[in-house]
Amino acid sequence: MKQYTYFPGCSSNSSAKALGMSVKAIEKPLDIELIELEDWTCCGSTPYGSLNEDESLLVAARNLALAEKKGLDLVTPCSSCFVVLNKANLHLKEHEKFKSKVNQALAAAGLEFQGKINVRLLPEVIFHDITPEGLARKVTRNLNGLKVASYYGCQMVRPYGFDNPESPTSLDKIVESIGGTAVPFQYKNRCCGGSLIIPEENAALNLMRKILANTLENGAECLITPCPLCQMNLDAYRIKVNGKFGTNFDIPVLFVSQLIGLALGIDAMSLGLKTNIVSPAKVIEKVNSAKVTVQSNP
Amino acid sequence: MSATVSFLDEVAATPGGSQIRSCIQCGVCTGTCPMAGEMEYPPRKIIAMIRAGMREEVLSSNSMWHCLSCYMCYERCPRGVKPTEIAHALESLAIKYGYRTKGTTNPIMYRNFVASIKSYGRVHEFGTMIKYYMVTNPIVAIKMLPVAAKLLLHGRLHIMPESTKGKSDLAKITAKFREIRG
Repeated sequence: MKQYTYFPGCSSNSSAKALGMSVKAIEKPLDIELIELEDWTCCGSTPYGSLNEDESLLVAARNLALAEKKGLDLVTPCSSCFVVLNKANLHLKEHEKFKSKVNQALAAAGLEFQGKINVRLLPEVIFHDITPEGLARKVTRNLNGLKVASYYGCQMVRPYGFDNPESPTSLDKIVESIGGTAVPFQYKNRCCGGSLIIPEENAALNLMRKILANTLENGAECLITPCPLCQMNLDAYRIKVNGKFGTNFDIPVLFVSQLIGLALGIDAMSLGLKTNIVSPAKVIEKVNSAKVTVQSNP
Repeated sequence: MSATVSFLDEVAATPGGSQIRSCIQCGVCTGTCPMAGEMEYPPRKIIAMIRAGMREEVLSSNSMWHCLSCYMCYERCPRGVKPTEIAHALESLAIKYGYRTKGTTNPIMYRNFVASIKSYGRVHEFGTMIKYYMVTNPIVAIKMLPVAAKLLLHGRLHIMPESTKGKSDLAKITAKFREIRG
């Protein structure tokens, strides 16, 4: 069983509770162990880097230094944590002088950054370490041809992603490997508006409208995303999109880990599907009507 | 930074700013940016203004505060300029020198977010939002009720913050860092 250090990120326990729940639910069936980083603090996210860029690198470095004690790759399910921790990791490795200042500060908490570990995003771990083929062998209830629009968003693929930043395909391959149908989706790597939904609501709602409209044009039955903020916007703020534009978007927005969990035969409750605001009932029904397959491989 | 250091040098010395001199003003960044239409000066223009030394105009503008961090311009720039990181650098400089930014309330949200990290070690989303609306416009908070109610009903809004003992580490290392940086 391959082991990783796990960095859940702040939202995995609150606004994106289903992300945290579903990741922990699929861990055993996927034959991986995610050991939560002890005493982790917020990665800093975009706001810290915007108010005090240098200090934000230090805040991220504390988590990296903690993870280095174990030496395992640091895996997060959150696209923003992924970018922020990766940025700090790479910047410190390349800037010796800045690194020594950061280390002087970290020493006040008995820590040191050495640059020994990699920061990875969970869907990348699933794609490379488990692989779509390996995933296919673990499926117990295939998705029954469910039409899925894979929404990669921004920070899974840019600037540190493993996939093509303009036309990513990894999530589509994951969907196909578990028995779903990946539908074409031109807006799959466009921004949903991110946290600007708060200070610049009108502009952000318009970005969401375009994404949601595009899923309908392509006949998708559900949308998946790895990112807690994208999920929140497209699931919860969809109410405001419909109110503003007179639309009637009601496509369920699942986390990648929730969809994989369904294909692994995990119950809806454990996957946090009750916390999705647009009801995923039709998705669950369609998957449940699939023939239960016996695992071909031990 | 001393007065002899130009604005361009100052931006070039930030974590993502080193390639700013390579810009050829092709405008791919502006053509790509989903928020260009909302900015006082879109990305290509901001870079030109930095290079022209227009410090006051740049640092008091709303442009960088409208950056979504979608990294599309970063990815497409043919010269590796990293406009996304330059936006973050400009935000940090505007805060450092106490510029009052007109035409955006984003700095208020960011401040609440960072204050939450400092208080608890992790972000308390609900508290951050409440504070934001109280400071900016409490009336708008009422319009948020339908979204907030849905989140609450689905167990996604935690009223009370979660604290971690790592917050005392954060206080120690950031204090030490400020001391070193002077």
